[in-house]
Amino acid sequence: MARYVVNRLAQAIMLLVIVSAIGFAILHLAPGGPLSQFAVSGQMTQEDLDRVTKQLGLDRPLPVQYLDWFGRMLKGDWGRSYRDGEAVLSVISSHLGATLELMATATIIAVLLGCWIGILGALRRYSLFDTLATVGAMIALSIPTFWFGLVTIYVFSVKLGWLPAGNRHTIGDGSFLDLLHHLIAPAMVLALVETAMWGRFMRSSMLEVINQDYIRTARAKGMPEWRILTVHALRNALLPMITVAGLQFPTLLGGALVAETVFTWPGMGRLFLDSIGYRDYPVVMGILMFSATMVLIGSLLADILYAVVDPRIRVG
Amino acid sequence: MADSTGRFGVGGVHFGSPSRRQLFQLGAGAAAGLTLPGHAFAQSERPSNPPEKPRGQVIAALSQEPTVFHPLMPGIEVDQGVWWQVFSLLWYIDPAGNFVPDLAREIPTIENGGLSADGLTWKIKLRSDVKWHDGTPFTADDVKFSLELINDSNFRARSRVGHSLVKDIKVVAADEIHWRMEAPYSPYMSILGSLTFIVPKHILEKVSDPNASPFHNAPVGTGPFRWGERVPGDHILLNAHTGYHGKGPYVERVVFKYIPDLTVLYTQFRTGQVDYTGLQGILPNFVQEAKTLKGRKIVVSSTSSVEHIAPNLEFGPFADRAVREALYLAINKQAIIDALYYGLPTQTESFVPQQAWSSQQGLPQHKYDPAKANALLDAAGWVRGAGGVREKGGVKLEFTNSTTSGNAAREQTQQLLIQDWRAIGAAMRVNNMPAAVIWGEFWQQSKFNSVIVGVNFMLGSDPDVTPRFGSGAIPAKGGRGYNTYQYQSAEADRLLAQGAKQFDLAQRKTTYGELQKLIRNDLAILPLFQGFIAEGVKEGLQGFRPNINTSINCWNIREWYWA
Repeated sequence: MARYVVNRLAQAIMLLVIVSAIGFAILHLAPGGPLSQFAVSGQMTQEDLDRVTKQLGLDRPLPVQYLDWFGRMLKGDWGRSYRDGEAVLSVISSHLGATLELMATATIIAVLLGCWIGILGALRRYSLFDTLATVGAMIALSIPTFWFGLVTIYVFSVKLGWLPAGNRHTIGDGSFLDLLHHLIAPAMVLALVETAMWGRFMRSSMLEVINQDYIRTARAKGMPEWRILTVHALRNALLPMITVAGLQFPTLLGGALVAETVFTWPGMGRLFLDSIGYRDYPVVMGILMFSATMVLIGSLLADILYAVVDPRIRVG
Repeated sequence: MADSTGRFGVGGVHFGSPSRRQLFQLGAGAAAGLTLPGHAFAQSERPSNPPEKPRGQVIAALSQEPTVFHPLMPGIEVDQGVWWQVFSLLWYIDPAGNFVPDLAREIPTIENGGLSADGLTWKIKLRSDVKWHDGTPFTADDVKFSLELINDSNFRARSRVGHSLVKDIKVVAADEIHWRMEAPYSPYMSILGSLTFIVPKHILEKVSDPNASPFHNAPVGTGPFRWGERVPGDHILLNAHTGYHGKGPYVERVVFKYIPDLTVLYTQFRTGQVDYTGLQGILPNFVQEAKTLKGRKIVVSSTSSVEHIAPNLEFGPFADRAVREALYLAINKQAIIDALYYGLPTQTESFVPQQAWSSQQGLPQHKYDPAKANALLDAAGWVRGAGGVREKGGVKLEFTNSTTSGNAAREQTQQLLIQDWRAIGAAMRVNNMPAAVIWGEFWQQSKFNSVIVGVNFMLGSDPDVTPRFGSGAIPAKGGRGYNTYQYQSAEADRLLAQGAKQFDLAQRKTTYGELQKLIRNDLAILPLFQGFIAEGVKEGLQGFRPNINTSINCWNIREWYWA
């Protein structure tokens, strides 16, 4: 097991280096730069732009800039944001809480609701519920998150006035209830696609399990249906879901990016979008490395957990 | 010239005249206040004058996030919204174009001895009752430090235009400072009065790196509001500085709320979550509906930005003035304004906003006349070739037009232009790019054929456009300005040099009037319309005054109060 983990870790580190090199190259080779925004506003002349470019070290050859960045990153210095001069790690951590809040809430909703729909759909295959759940999942997967967000705001904020039209909390009110009130709509929007995915995966997984011989054997032996479901079927059906959970991070982050924009949620997704727009290289690279690390950790944890639960895969 | 009262511009000095409305209204602003904690304006009685003590708060929504709080570093318009509240200038420019003393006791003029007759010596008398937010007295040393910091080679200063001419700064007394200019440069009045905010010496002289220090994220100024908190990606909170040396502030807090999506921003204004929609305001397609909202005021005002088609004058067909004139004649400008911008902007023929003292009246007015455009091209020898596209001497009248991708109104403008210009035998292709791409090397090094862009040509309120139209300001030719049009004219250079040396307002008006005629005649740019912004203000919020001489209309929140 230890060798398996060490191997996976080595692969993960190699992947991170590759991601950093490719990410850095793509970002810096893309036309434009962090000073483009000033070129049209007319506050800075070409001379000013050239001077600041030199002061930021952006006039150096790209490999030199990369090695400099990489060397400092290894020492724990991820650089400073070009926009506000803050340390990149500090910028990321100031947005991380909001995103984790949103992603965790959406995941809880999606897992509970999705698994329930999936299990029930599998148990009542081709029933009205199953058909509705299938159609519903297809619709949910097809709806653009941005559009659904705007519709949610229109219905629940503008028309009904039940929920705030955005923001993480009311200015001056840091209470948990206020946060919860603001969290409902964006979490609901972010959870929509997730719920559909969990539902579909769970249904397939459950169907596969309940058609296995050992379930039939258990039934033949007269075991109560609830016990067959919880002890035998559910436990085994949940096994593949560990992988699903581990790989959900990128999808969630992508969804969060849209939900955060629509609901003015001050999270990482929006930070990433803003930073790309401003060509804030240090922050974009920081988020890229952070996300890549999270995805790799998620994947690694899923694999390890799977190996713990199902010892057969360790052999492979 | 500056008059005896210290006014350098024209018109009278108008401080925020408080509304005299005595009506007791229960508008949506107050209604929203009842549901939003902290809204002290939800009171039963409404004062018609500014309150004695700051009261309530203003939530100002901005579509971009302010991130640069050191006011001498590179920042964009949205950052200025914060700078105006936290810092002070020596003087500022009011909506009528007048210089109004702020940290200075009076505006330096030749008459009052503040300026020498040759414009080379500047003597500034300062207020002695100003304190920094931490209680330290403001002195001439702070002004000296600020000007020297801008020219410090280690400091990432935004711009040194004008400042680099300042030499021999002498602190004569705690409330007086003198300096010498290397050459006379009258636009420096505007540069000092628009974005040269004074920073505290006693804090910044101690930092090891002038480009990164705690000050950058917790600035200390002499402005009407003190730094409160910043939640990155969400909001910035500023508290009233009760020891402020000027009028106001009249609200306890200002919250700059960052809402990136303009539709969402409008929705939050509509639902009462924000009190004011600042930069970039309300989208034109929402303006009519917004005007019908109860408890909301919509103010549509002109900006200094001029939306125009920027031709690259070194690019084949555009080098021919006849082509530029024909293209200009063939544009159905009014159709663009009416159909795509809901009739909100006004046509313009100049790079100077129509409200400015330097605006030249009587410039030739654009007329949509495709027949004349065709005749002009025929006469100039541009004959129709294959596919109806004209050509002359092997050069085809075909070109690309670029703008920021995602800007729907500009992209639709391009579609109308394609039709308009096809009718006269000119073929235009669209080549749009994201903002960070198009305004990079493509724009800076004149790699475009033509671009649709909005540019504020003014230096504060000054019409000196040497960096925009001076022959020595072409970056593609090693110049130091942003003359990306590659416009070159000996006469324009002469007028620009003359205007920068003049301190008499009447003379300057004549000089820059001539320049406007010249640029219009040469069609160095094809102006479409003067920029505009539609801003929403909750009813009951008084003091909002659009100012064409600033880049952001929330420049004077110190004068705002709830009535």
